Order: sequence, then structure tokens, then C-alpha cells
Amino acid sequence: MMLILRLALASLRSRKLTTALTVASIALSVTLLVGIETVRAGVRDSFAGTIRGVDLIVGARGGTLQVLLSTVFGIGNASGSVQLRTMERWQQHPAVKWVVPYSLGDSHRGFRVVGTSTEFYERYRFRKDGRITFAAGRVAQADSEVVIGHDVAERLKYEVGTPVVVTHGLRDIGTSNHDAHPFRVVGVLARTFTPIDRSVYVTLEGIEAMHEEEGGVAAGGGGLNGGSSTSGSSDSGSSDSGSLNSGSLNSGSLNNGSLNNGSLNNGKAAAAQAKRDAVVEANKRRAAAIPKAPPAGVPMAMPGAEPPPGTPMVMPGAEPPPGAQQAPPPPGGALVMPGAEPPPQVMEQVKAAAAQARAAAKPPKVEPAPEAEHADEAEHEHGDDQITAFFVGTKNRFEALMLQREMNTDLVEPLTAIIPGVALGELWQNIGSAEVGLRVIAMFAVAISITGMLVALYSSLEARRREMAILRAIGAGPRTILALLVLESTLLAFLGCVIGVAFVYGGLALAQGPIEQRFGIHLAMRALGETEYSYLAMVMISGMLIGFVPAWKAYRTSLVDGLSPRA
Amino acid sequence: MSAAPAVELSNLRFAYRPGHDVLAIDALSIARGETVFLHGPSGSGKTTLLGLLAGVLRATAGQVKVLGQDFTTMSNGARDAFRARHLGYVFQMFNLIPYLSVRENILLPIRLEPARRARLGGQSFDAAVRDVASQLDIARYLDTPIGELSVGQQQRVAAARALIGSPEVVIADEPTSALDTDRREQFLELLFRSCEKAQATLVFVSHDHTLMPLFSRIVELGEINTAAEPSRLNTATFRVPTPPVSTNVR
Repeated sequence: MMLILRLALASLRSRKLTTALTVASIALSVTLLVGIETVRAGVRDSFAGTIRGVDLIVGARGGTLQVLLSTVFGIGNASGSVQLRTMERWQQHPAVKWVVPYSLGDSHRGFRVVGTSTEFYERYRFRKDGRITFAAGRVAQADSEVVIGHDVAERLKYEVGTPVVVTHGLRDIGTSNHDAHPFRVVGVLARTFTPIDRSVYVTLEGIEAMHEEEGGVAAGGGGLNGGSSTSGSSDSGSSDSGSLNSGSLNSGSLNNGSLNNGSLNNGKAAAAQAKRDAVVEANKRRAAAIPKAPPAGVPMAMPGAEPPPGTPMVMPGAEPPPGAQQAPPPPGGALVMPGAEPPPQVMEQVKAAAAQARAAAKPPKVEPAPEAEHADEAEHEHGDDQITAFFVGTKNRFEALMLQREMNTDLVEPLTAIIPGVALGELWQNIGSAEVGLRVIAMFAVAISITGMLVALYSSLEARRREMAILRAIGAGPRTILALLVLESTLLAFLGCVIGVAFVYGGLALAQGPIEQRFGIHLAMRALGETEYSYLAMVMISGMLIGFVPAWKAYRTSLVDGLSPRA
Repeated sequence: MSAAPAVELSNLRFAYRPGHDVLAIDALSIARGETVFLHGPSGSGKTTLLGLLAGVLRATAGQVKVLGQDFTTMSNGARDAFRARHLGYVFQMFNLIPYLSVRENILLPIRLEPARRARLGGQSFDAAVRDVASQLDIARYLDTPIGELSVGQQQRVAAARALIGSPEVVIADEPTSALDTDRREQFLELLFRSCEKAQATLVFVSHDHTLMPLFSRIVELGEINTAAEPSRLNTATFRVPTPPVSTNVR
């Protein structure tokens, strides 16, 4: 056997060029296979890692994908808007650790403008544990400050200090510029390779201020963003529904009350609630000045109060909740939502679990007493009633499912709460045809590259029939010939695999940066997965098998060839 | 078994395609130690006969006995093993594996086949190589790359490889056809001497009738092969439509 190995090695060495070419062709095949798989995985991971750290995204009642696309990817419209109050109400939920408002509807030179809180920058994660970091500057705090994503800065050549004018609606054309309220760039985010890079961030107050200074120009401006819309002109339409949302404020306040009753009977929360109520009252007054605004004087927080008769529990125009989980509330305005809401005992359990989780949890990293902070924010923030969506972080991730269910069955305002990871998975499955396409390409690549490899191996072996003839004449049996040729082709396939994989990693090391910059896909250096190994096994096995063909031929024919000098 | 003739053919028939015999030899016997010059016109079946003698081809009918062993009853593998053990083979040209050194080429048969190794009789590989190489006057080229050898030297290396481990039968298929005329006799002399020393029977195929006198026996294949087509024999030097004759010329 040693002789055969030596022969095989010597033979390969003697035909350096052929060997090198064969190995190169196999290596390229393997590179193609593993490369496609890496890209596929990279695309999928990049996609799945678009948003992390957020346990729930809550928007107006609508499709899961609609909420996901409109918030995370900035594609399409949200189905409506959510009252800021609703977010605040849910903020009090014991399972909720933090909430971040997310308000869409305006643009700056084609980039979406997002109104959010400063907490957004701390909470949002992407990919493994990517945090939003600042390439320059700081977070937007005042209402005239904006933070821009990396692509925005790059494409518009903006830097800290650049004045920015925001357009109402999402297109630059033909709609009003909020000239009256100019912004100034105070921060530029580092690249994230997520849609964050293509967004402009302002504070909620900023958006509000912008719209207020505009005065009555934009109809229904009271709804700061009556649902994000891709065209500016449709905005007023969605503002209507925004106003309608405001109309059902009373039920919102009712639920505030119920929450207080049900779970948050502590003084601190009550104080915060009071503050908020004051602000909301102020907002109400402002809103009252705007046409189509809801009637003022709706009771804001009356614990235990029954909803006024005829108060719509579900907003006009909103669709009934999917699955009809929601039964109409009993006349008494139950604190716990019938049918959908977990029974009080369960809530108690949840609270207990949450308390435990909180106790067990490490001290929060960046969290100077969130409730106080929010109460503080409430004094100067939330100038408006409507946001597009809000992000929720739970204290205990296991509560996210329960919370999602609770939110989806919120009787006060129809919401759609999605778990980003799950929704991204669904979306990926929906657009899975792209993946199927890559798979098909990969399969073609497998077929082509294995064929190419076989041709290379076969011709390199075919050229050696003379050698086989000599060995046969000396007395080498079929097993020796077979072992020699199979060993050679296997060696070549193995070398090709090793070099091909090395190519992939080398190429990845070199091209990772450029690919990220060019395509926004982070191709992670990762260990070979099952698919890759199966590809490699396929290459190895077919490489091995192809050795049998010339070996068989050599045995059958080279005897004659070898013995005939004219061959 | 040692008494058995080196080669014994009886009623041999061989056809590549059924019904088209290319070889039909009723009887041919080659004694041990003979040096046989086998000749015949193209198409007389020389190469086929060598294939049968080497155990590479299997007779369609009749018997092929080499050293008393009947090839027709042996399996392919057994014939391979037999060839490795008892036969040496020299091609017309391109005998050597180009990426191995002269030494390694000569050593191949005994490396490949343990039985052949045993025939060295305890002699070390190196001594065996030196021995046979010096007989053929190539001892100084043992570590020379094959590509740097002349054709004559290469053929001597091939002969050395065929002779190492003292096979009983050496088959040479026009080994001198690529050599200059004056080199041919020199090569043959070395080959004869080595065969004699190894007590090997030599079956030598050639067109070159000038070499004939050097051999102990001459076999004209066209004479003994009844299947040879007369039309093909037109080109033959000895155009004798001979009936099958037991050719014990000497």
C-alpha cells in the first residue's frame, strides 16, 4: 500500500501542471459551492439580524408583515397609527421593561425620518449584539436635532452641523417642506448594514414641532403621523383615521384606569400617570384647535370608570382582530379582557415571575430608573398623540409571547404586536423563493462543477494509460491499479476541497468588507455547516468514484494497449 | 513442474470477435532456456500471441500452458499474479514510468509482488538492482532521471526490470526496433547474457531478420498460425501457406 501511495504521489508530482489545474478546477468548484452557501447563509443571517434586542413591535392592527416591513424595513405603509397613550399604558405593564416610540411619515431627500426617543439608540440591536454607535456626534435630544444613518451621511455628504429640511410625506416632490422648522445634524451613526443606515432620526418633539410650526397647512396635522405613507398626498387621508383614533381616547383612558387597578397600584406610577395626564390634557387642548380633532373633555383617567355607552371598542375602519379571539367586553367594562386576557390569577403569576426575573436580573446596564425617566420625558415629550408603532423590551423574554397575546387582544385600541424574530422568519419564508433560487443555482453549480471536476480527473487519468499498461505488464493486479487511480483522484478531490474551502475563507477575509459596503450583506466567517459538508462529501465521493472508471478501463484495455507497441 | 516446458500451446484458438479467429496454433512448445526469435508478417498475430503468453488475453479455445500452468483455467487475478511472479516483459518503447528513477523502475516488480521478492534469495533490494544493472551496463545511471537516458539505455533499464527477481520467462516485443543497428546487437548480447544468468527463457519478437542468427530457435508465426489470412500474408517475406507443423526447428 505504501508503494501505491508513493506511486500516486510521485505521479501527481510528476504532472505538476495537470495536477495543479485539476486541483484548481476542483477547488473552484468547491469555492463556488461553499461560497454560494456562505452567501445564502449570510443573506439569511443579515436578514434575520436586521433587528435584535426588541422583543415586540407594536403597531396599529394590521398584518404582521405590514408592521414589520413598515417599521423595520421602512417599506410600505403602516396600517394606521397607535396612540402614544397606548404605548404609555403598556409601558406600565409589569412585563414591560422599556418602550421606544417609532414614528414615521416624513422624509428627507428620500430617506425616512423616524421620530423616536433617545432610548432607541440604546435598545436597538442588530445581528449578534450590534449596538448603534455614533461615528460622530451624539443622540438627538432637542426638537431641532437629527441623527442620520451612515448611508444618509455618505450619500448626502452630511456631517455634524449640516442643516436639514424635512419633507412631509416620503417623497421630495411637490409636498410641503417643513422649512419653518429646520433641523441640524447632531450625530452620524456608524454603519450597521441594516435599514438604520438609510434613516434619519429625530425626536418625537422634533416631528411635532415641525408639524406645529407648519400650522394648519397640512390638514389634520394633529395626527403627527397618521400612519406612515409612501406618498405625501395620502397623508391627510390617513390623518383622518388618526383623528378617529383620538376619538376613542376615552376607552384608552379607561384602560389606563384598569391597568392601574389591576396591576399598578403604587404611588410612583400614579404620580407618573398624573403627570402624563396633565401633558395629555395639554395635548388635547392643542388638538382641539385642529379641525377634525376629537371632542375635548374626554375623561382621561378614571379608575374603574365604565366606558361611556357607545364608545367604540374597536376603531372605526379597523378590522376585527384576526381569529376573533376577542369577545365583546361585558357591560361592566371588565378590567381583565374577557376571553383573551389571561385570567387574573395568570396575571398574578406573570407579575410574580416578572418580579422574580427582575430580582434575578443583573442590574440594568443603561437604565437610570426608567419609570422616572419616562415620567420626566412625559413633561416635555409626547407633544402628540400618534405614533406609528412602538418597540417593546420585556423584562423576561419568555413573557414576550404572553404580552404579544395581550396586546393583540387589547380592547381599547386594536394593535398588532409582532415578535420581530418570528416575523422575520415568516417573511423570509414568504420571500423564500429567493432562497430557492440560490439553492437552484447551487444545485446547478454542484452539477456543473462536479462534471468539470470529473472531466479534469478523467482526462488526467486517461493520459496515463501507458503507465497503467506498464504496471499491468509488470504484474500489477486490478486492485493495485484501482487503488492507485482511486487514491489519486481522491487525493485530488481532497486537495481541491481543502484549497476551495481555504479560497472561501481567504476570499471572505478579503471581500467581507467590500461586500458589506457594496451590498450591505455581512458574510460572516463561520464554521462549515451541514450543507457545506454534504457538498464536500459529494465532491469527495464523486472524485473517488470517477477514479473507478479509468481504473476499470485501464484494466480492460490497457493490457492490450500496453502490450501493443503501436498503441 | 520444473520439467515442464516454458511454453506449451495446443489447439489454441483465439478470436477477438466470435467466428473470426486471428490465431489458430495447433501446437507450439518452447523448452526452458531457449531463446526464441518469433517473427512473422504484420497481421500474423504476434502481438496477440504475446498477450496470450503473458496471460493478458484468454484463449478462446485450446490450451496455453506457461511453466506447466494452464492459463485457460486460471482467473484473471491468478494470471496477473503469475505474470508478476514468473514473467518479465519488455515493450518496444516507453517501458519506463517517467516519474520514477531508474532504480525505482527496476525495483517495481519486486516491490509489487512479494513472491518475486522472495526470489531474490535474501539479496537486498539494492544489491539486486546493482547486480542486474551492472549486467546490462547501466549501473551508473541508477539515479539518473528517466528523461536523460537515451532510448538504448531506457531499453536496457526495461530489460533490467524484466529480469530482476529472475523470472523464468522473458517476453520482449520488438525491444530493439527503436535502436540503432549497431546498438541492437549490443543490447541483445547484454540481454542474452542476463537471461542466461537468470536461466530465463526468452521469447523475442522482431522484424529484424539480421538478429535471427543470434537466437537458438526461430519461429515463423505465419507458418504455424493457420488462421492467418493469406491476403495478409502477401507482404510476408516467407510466403508459405504451410499446413500446421510442429515447429521444432532445432
